[in-house]
Amino acid sequence: MSGSNEMEISRRGLLVGSAATAALTTVSVADSQAAPLQPQPATMKVTMKVNGQRRSLDVDTRTTLLDALREHLKLTGSKKGCDHGQCGACTVMVGGTRINSCLSLAVMHEGDEITTIEGLGTPEKLHPMQAAFVKHDGYQCGYCTPGQICSAVAVLGEIKAGVPSHAMADVTARPQATNDEMRERMSGNICRCGAYSNILEAMTEVAGVDA
Amino acid sequence: MKPFTYERAKTPAEAAAIVAGRPGAKFIAGGTNLLDLMKLEIETPTHLVDVQDLKLDRIEATREGGLRIGANVTNTALASDDRVRRDYAVLTKAIVAGASGQLRNKASTAGNILQRTRCPYFYDPNQPCNKRKPGSGCAAIGGYSRQLAVIGSSDACIATFPGDMAVALRVLDATVETVNPQGGTRSISMADFHRLPGNTPQFDNTLQRGELLTSVTLPKPIGGQHFYNKVRDRASYAYALVSVAAVIQPDGTGRVAVGGVAHKPWRVEAAEAAMPQGSRAVATRLMAGAKPTADNAFKVPLVERTLGAVMHDAGMKRTAA
Repeated sequence: MSGSNEMEISRRGLLVGSAATAALTTVSVADSQAAPLQPQPATMKVTMKVNGQRRSLDVDTRTTLLDALREHLKLTGSKKGCDHGQCGACTVMVGGTRINSCLSLAVMHEGDEITTIEGLGTPEKLHPMQAAFVKHDGYQCGYCTPGQICSAVAVLGEIKAGVPSHAMADVTARPQATNDEMRERMSGNICRCGAYSNILEAMTEVAGVDA
Repeated sequence: MKPFTYERAKTPAEAAAIVAGRPGAKFIAGGTNLLDLMKLEIETPTHLVDVQDLKLDRIEATREGGLRIGANVTNTALASDDRVRRDYAVLTKAIVAGASGQLRNKASTAGNILQRTRCPYFYDPNQPCNKRKPGSGCAAIGGYSRQLAVIGSSDACIATFPGDMAVALRVLDATVETVNPQGGTRSISMADFHRLPGNTPQFDNTLQRGELLTSVTLPKPIGGQHFYNKVRDRASYAYALVSVAAVIQPDGTGRVAVGGVAHKPWRVEAAEAAMPQGSRAVATRLMAGAKPTADNAFKVPLVERTLGAVMHDAGMKRTAA
């Protein structure tokens, strides 16, 4: 570490320290216990089944599932868009259920089965949803596409399983793969190129084949 | 994120004892809200106690004819349960009106109730915020407050509780069960669970340090038509400007709770007596004492109109039946 970096850290420490002193003067007794010391970075081992393969990793506890996939396992299909669960580019399936991999810690997934875009299909043997996205131009720049496809596959599964949605007038009914249903269920995947109508066409085709 | 250590607890009492005994320790369930806040260093836990192995992931019938929902039941699993869809439709409707499919698949029942405000000043560490840093002031007052509270707020805080599910739980008279570090349990009604900000907006609710939320209990079904009408800036995946959870009976009586207007799901039981007189009569009583800002004054009439739409739909369905 260079000397200037060390200086910066100690200056930052000083600022943090003085802010804490200022805060203490106004905080009620209940909150005034000294701020707990932040520990040193901690490393843990985690073993997951990723796209059918057992993978063991040593990760900093702060590593998200997304960073474990991208940075440790070099599965860079899953994308980091917002890193706050707002854009859906990081969508993967855990135990068959779609989640935002950016809002989950790798260490919380001991023993879990993870499916990423790389596990759905290959360039030689596309998953039907991947083939439908190609056929219907369900993308432009492609950055959101792996998340869109993982989400789209899972959405059709959720509709089949009868999971209710905001698009249903009667929540006791069985949902159908209508445009309104699929649009509502895909709202956690943002596409800034605006390929939404083509994504919907791809999903409609796959839903029809499956039905 | 700041560094932290991590462990998985085996029992609820053990989880509570670990968190109570370690300054800076926190529970983590789905993580969808906590990790978001940790990345921004708004939350800086030194130790995380993962509660996923506590077997709190079941929905069971109670002897009283209701349902007990484990704290770790996901939002999707709760909304999908056939008993909930049939007997507590307002709860399913509220859950699917919130967040995205991916988030609902991971977010837990307890985490949904315990989620923190989305006030933009709470989320911006460069701004003063009494909730994030007690005593630092409130940048929302006099700031951009379109989304923020219109009733029950204080000079220290005008943040809202942002969730949908808890608004339905409030209208259903749900109770929350907890375990403390000594292994003792207690029930808290949803009415008393979230609190108003007053001078201590850093406390969102009435839980003690280390107290772990273990389940939510619904009383036996009350019948009626169930509504959750959410008004927001886009059709899906947005927080409520105003939301109305209502259960309306065939004789026109009913219950109403409102989201998006206060530091807690807002319900005034006395206002419900005015249901037969129409939405204006109810809303006037429900929102009495409202102190909106210039930015969010629209929310007060919006409550009346959203409730009016719900009551109109209920009446139409009664006539058709």
